[in-house]
Amino acid sequence: MMNIRLYVLQRATAMIMAPLVLAHLFIIFYAASRGLSAADILGRTRGSIGWGAFYALFVLAAAAHGSIGLRVIAAEWAGLRGRRLDIVMWSFGALLAMLGLRAVAAVVLP
Amino acid sequence: MTGTIEVSLWRGGKEGRYQVFSVPQRVNQTVLDVVTWVQRHADPTLSYRFACRVGMCGSCAMTVNGRPRWTCRTHTSKVIEDGKLRIGPLANLPVIKDLACDMRQFFEKWQAAKGVFSPSKTRADAIEKIEPASAPRVAADAAIECINCAVCFAACDTVRWNEEYLGPAALNRAWTLVNDVKDAANRERLAAVAANGGCTACHSHQSCQEHCPNKLNPTASIAGLKRRTMQAYLKGEL
Repeated sequence: MMNIRLYVLQRATAMIMAPLVLAHLFIIFYAASRGLSAADILGRTRGSIGWGAFYALFVLAAAAHGSIGLRVIAAEWAGLRGRRLDIVMWSFGALLAMLGLRAVAAVVLP
Repeated sequence: MTGTIEVSLWRGGKEGRYQVFSVPQRVNQTVLDVVTWVQRHADPTLSYRFACRVGMCGSCAMTVNGRPRWTCRTHTSKVIEDGKLRIGPLANLPVIKDLACDMRQFFEKWQAAKGVFSPSKTRADAIEKIEPASAPRVAADAAIECINCAVCFAACDTVRWNEEYLGPAALNRAWTLVNDVKDAANRERLAAVAANGGCTACHSHQSCQEHCPNKLNPTASIAGLKRRTMQAYLKGEL
């Protein structure tokens, strides 16, 4: 259920997310303290390749990281094994990626 | 010291019940002494396992008042609660009868973790000198005193949740061999402990370290295997 490939991928995505989480929190505090409106924020994110890449990477890393974690929980606490376990992991990962990328598209696409 | 201890002993196999005995309390009495007293004076059909009685053979581990312990080195005075002792077989292993577990899967997992020394030299070669202060020798030394009692295996949450998991003792053993410069099978060993059920399944709860009667730290050994297997994977060796 957990092998070295998944283990390395989960650690690598954690390393990717660590600075992204800090940057994300900084952005939230910045936007709140400056009193930016939704229009202000969209004005900066729409059409921005940088913001799009930043949050798309964040979403994909979170989807991979979370789905591997859920895989272990599903195996150890729900007793899932084999193909059913793969289906749970891939479905959850795809759902997270889809919801996240949809949100990124909503604020980045012009 | 006088008085008696109310001792509940597991009777039966997977299905069974605790049977209560009244056992005389003695000075310096061990839990193994209590079990032996019951078999000799109260019920000769009681089944349990022991050999050396001095903490070397690792065969007498049982669950004592909820915790896995080596019974031969556990004084009753330290574990009695309200004058009572509840003694059962080790958890996470099939019960054969009463207090004796089937240890096969425990030792099969040692084999699966490649816990057997694989020599790199013949008797014709000179004996390799190992510096006692060298890093691999120090790492192996810290983990080498395992007596295979399965206390860590019984204490481990991951063993309970994941039947594939090799367990703390087998992985700790593999770590000693990974650090043995005379061993020739480390590529196969790292592949074995990097697979499903290997070192990456450990959640670092550290119950093994908490319960190990020899004060070993299998969690640290497993962390070493995680580092070593990750390095091997990134180099494309696995």
